[in-house]
Amino acid sequence: MDNVSFDIYRGEFFSILGPSGCGKTTTLRLLAGFEEPDEDGGQVKLLGQTVNKKRPYERQVAMVFQNYALFPHLSVERNVAFGLEQRKAPKAEIAEKVRRALEMVRLRPEVFSRRMPGQISGGQRQRVALARALVLEPAILLLDEPLGAIDLKLRKEMQLELKALNKQLGTTFVYVTHDQEEALTMSDRIAVMDNARVAQLGTPAEIYENPRTAFVAKFIGESNFFDGTAEPPAPSGARGQDGGTRPGEAPATRQVRMAEGRTFRVPEHSSLQEGKAVRIAVRPEWMDVTRPDAVPPGENALVGTIRDIIYLGETMHVIVTVPGSGDITVAVRNEGQLIKPLAWKRGEAAAVAWLPEDCQILEDE
Amino acid sequence: MAGLRERGLAWLYTRPEARAWALLAPGGFWLLAFFLVPILIMLVYSFMPRGIYGGVEPGFTLEHYRRFFDPLYLEILQRTFAWSMACTLICLLLGYPVAYVIVRSGRWRTLLLFLVVLPFWTSFLVRTFAMIFLMRDTGLINNWMMKLGVIDEPMTLLYTPFAVMAGLVYGFLPFMILPIYASLEKLDHSLLEAAEVLGARPGARFRRVTLPLSMPGVVAGCLLVFIPALGSFLTADLLGGAKQVMIGNLVQNQFSSARNWPFGSAASFIVMALVLAAVMLYLRVKDRSPSGQPLG
Amino acid sequence: MSSRIPRWLILVAGAVYFFLHLPVLVLVVFSFNDSKFSVDWQGFTWQWYQRLLERPDILQGLKASLIVGLGATIISAILGTLLALALGRQRFRGRRAWEGFLYVPIVTPEIVVGISLLLLFALLKFPLGLATITVAHVAFCISFVVIVVLARIQGMDENLEEAAMILGADEITTFWKITVPQLWPGILSGALLAFTMSFDDFVITSFVSGPGSSTLPIVVYGMVRKNVEPSINAISTIILLVTAILIYLADRLARGK
Repeated sequence: MDNVSFDIYRGEFFSILGPSGCGKTTTLRLLAGFEEPDEDGGQVKLLGQTVNKKRPYERQVAMVFQNYALFPHLSVERNVAFGLEQRKAPKAEIAEKVRRALEMVRLRPEVFSRRMPGQISGGQRQRVALARALVLEPAILLLDEPLGAIDLKLRKEMQLELKALNKQLGTTFVYVTHDQEEALTMSDRIAVMDNARVAQLGTPAEIYENPRTAFVAKFIGESNFFDGTAEPPAPSGARGQDGGTRPGEAPATRQVRMAEGRTFRVPEHSSLQEGKAVRIAVRPEWMDVTRPDAVPPGENALVGTIRDIIYLGETMHVIVTVPGSGDITVAVRNEGQLIKPLAWKRGEAAAVAWLPEDCQILEDE
Repeated sequence: MAGLRERGLAWLYTRPEARAWALLAPGGFWLLAFFLVPILIMLVYSFMPRGIYGGVEPGFTLEHYRRFFDPLYLEILQRTFAWSMACTLICLLLGYPVAYVIVRSGRWRTLLLFLVVLPFWTSFLVRTFAMIFLMRDTGLINNWMMKLGVIDEPMTLLYTPFAVMAGLVYGFLPFMILPIYASLEKLDHSLLEAAEVLGARPGARFRRVTLPLSMPGVVAGCLLVFIPALGSFLTADLLGGAKQVMIGNLVQNQFSSARNWPFGSAASFIVMALVLAAVMLYLRVKDRSPSGQPLG
Repeated sequence: MSSRIPRWLILVAGAVYFFLHLPVLVLVVFSFNDSKFSVDWQGFTWQWYQRLLERPDILQGLKASLIVGLGATIISAILGTLLALALGRQRFRGRRAWEGFLYVPIVTPEIVVGISLLLLFALLKFPLGLATITVAHVAFCISFVVIVVLARIQGMDENLEEAAMILGADEITTFWKITVPQLWPGILSGALLAFTMSFDDFVITSFVSGPGSSTLPIVVYGMVRKNVEPSINAISTIILLVTAILIYLADRLARGK
């Protein structure tokens, strides 16, 4: 692990998102106590206390494992009761709590209590694992890619259920996943990890709409990238290429020159020094395809040739080859190709256009 | 009491090596004391001169090893080696088809497999006696051959090299069948189908796809037959009589009638060395497997 | 897959199966033959089995085999399981070496194991008897137990133990409540294997047994060498039956749960 440091707030649904091997599971295991930081590796704090040296059974966290880890030799009810038995709770209390936990995850106790893990389906096992963790009423629940092995439709259902449980119980959820859609759907905040470090931490909107690095821009959703060098700032009061807006009202922009001489404008930013290399990301849905001579005023535009048009149902992806920038993907709403088809054809000249404020200036990695 | 448990656990937890060694110690000690040390004693004895009553006297000598260059003992070594190789070869020729058939046998597979595994585990002594029962002069084979009028007098089947070879093959055949079966079972059928689509006929498919990919199992099987054959004792003892002596019998002899413990130790050590050499060879070959399948 | 096995191949395989099982079948059948010397079938009888009960040497041998078998099985099951746990779950230097070392007893010829132990006991002036036999049996059974239990450990979900720990069970509790129940079929299977091998062992036992401590195989060997009456067939059949049942159970356990 490289330099991972963040805080998780009580009650929130916090996701750790990243590709395989990025260290997200290790981070979770550090919280659980299955991994320990090195001597000077830092601290793990739960509920304000440093717990570095504490064993998993001494910590007040609960965990749901990727492959559920239900004890095969114990029935569903014994599985769920396990933690309570460890705490030496009275029998009657255990029975009652187990019953309620099973109901909470929508498994009828009368039907499922006596069954063995081998006799129930994957989705049901998942719920039992959840019940087993929640029955202890933990302050913190760790979830390690719990929905990975479940098919799509059920997965979506369970995502909503988990989110609801989080709000209903007030338990802090720390959720590890590699599925960015899942993270965006469920989380209050997301930590995107790459190569044992945190690339960006923020709300789903922040992560999606303001990606800070190329990695985040690529990993979450799709992005188009443009490179150039920053030019000197415009003298104050001057107008941009657009013309027509009064100084002081339009956000200040800076011009960036690309390799072959074309330019685009980005929002003014303190990091933009003259001569510095700039890389931006623009999401396909923030771009539009226009005729080269019909670009709306004020927008950046680059001319290229249409390479392909892909039908995706909800949207159409228009792939435009722009010299110097490669293939640019533009997402256009599909208003029904049968009644209102797109005007574009392969091979035609077209411009991709977007507003300067939709440029995401990326940090160096 | 509770404090002791927690402190004990904490102590063990912080020392992973201590945990490991605590688990290894009992079994490890037993193996060291009752397997390794005795063999070392045997090694040391093999270099000591023979004592009056067959034991050892202090001293150092290479006499016992030198004796193996005598034609008498050299012959025993050669015979042991030759018979082990022959047994391995026969087991291969007989065992491969069986493994092949089992893999292709569909519903019968479990049953057929069990019928091979069973002899694998039953008493070697009993099975060897079964061979005696069949092969002796008053045994079943002779009896029926005479009844059928094929022969007039009983054939001498027992106490011949043939009997020993038959006994060895009979004893070790399952050891050959099982690894080859394991190897063939892992064979991806789509490879054969691909070969067929590319125009290969059954014989070619076997030669160029099945056989090479089953090599790991073949090699493992050969080793699992060759090694115990080298060290075998009971078969030659019961089926071979005094004439068919393998090195195992030589060793046993030194500890019973011949009363020459150091020489017996030397002979025993030679067997051990041959076996280890065979294992080393196997480990070397294993890493050079062309098929990419893990060997053994 | 439609298996069109060549006819000749089936014949060869069939012949081999015949060869593999005929001797034993014959042995068993003739244990019921109502004739002491002749190999012709004279009728069905239980007398050879009854004879066994009258023979003190057989009964003594059986008793010895059971005592040794039980003792060796329990000890090697415990030691073997501990070793398997070390190899399967712990990380330590020299693990590879230990794994290799564990395989050596399996490859080593029984002759070598037998006489080396004889030398040890002679050196220590320890009298040969049931104790020495048991010690010897444990020495070669441990490795087999380790292999079976280790396979079970490696097939076991590691997360189970972690799940128990996060639910509040410390290492010792986790071991007894989760690990052992999971391993139990493997341990039992290994124990059955160990018992079978101990029960059937002849070569090693012959070197480390004393005058009064003959196990069943030793008695049988003596019978094979000296007199040839169908009682040998009878006792052989019984040994085969016992072994077959034990192996079947061991196999089911190793596979089943």
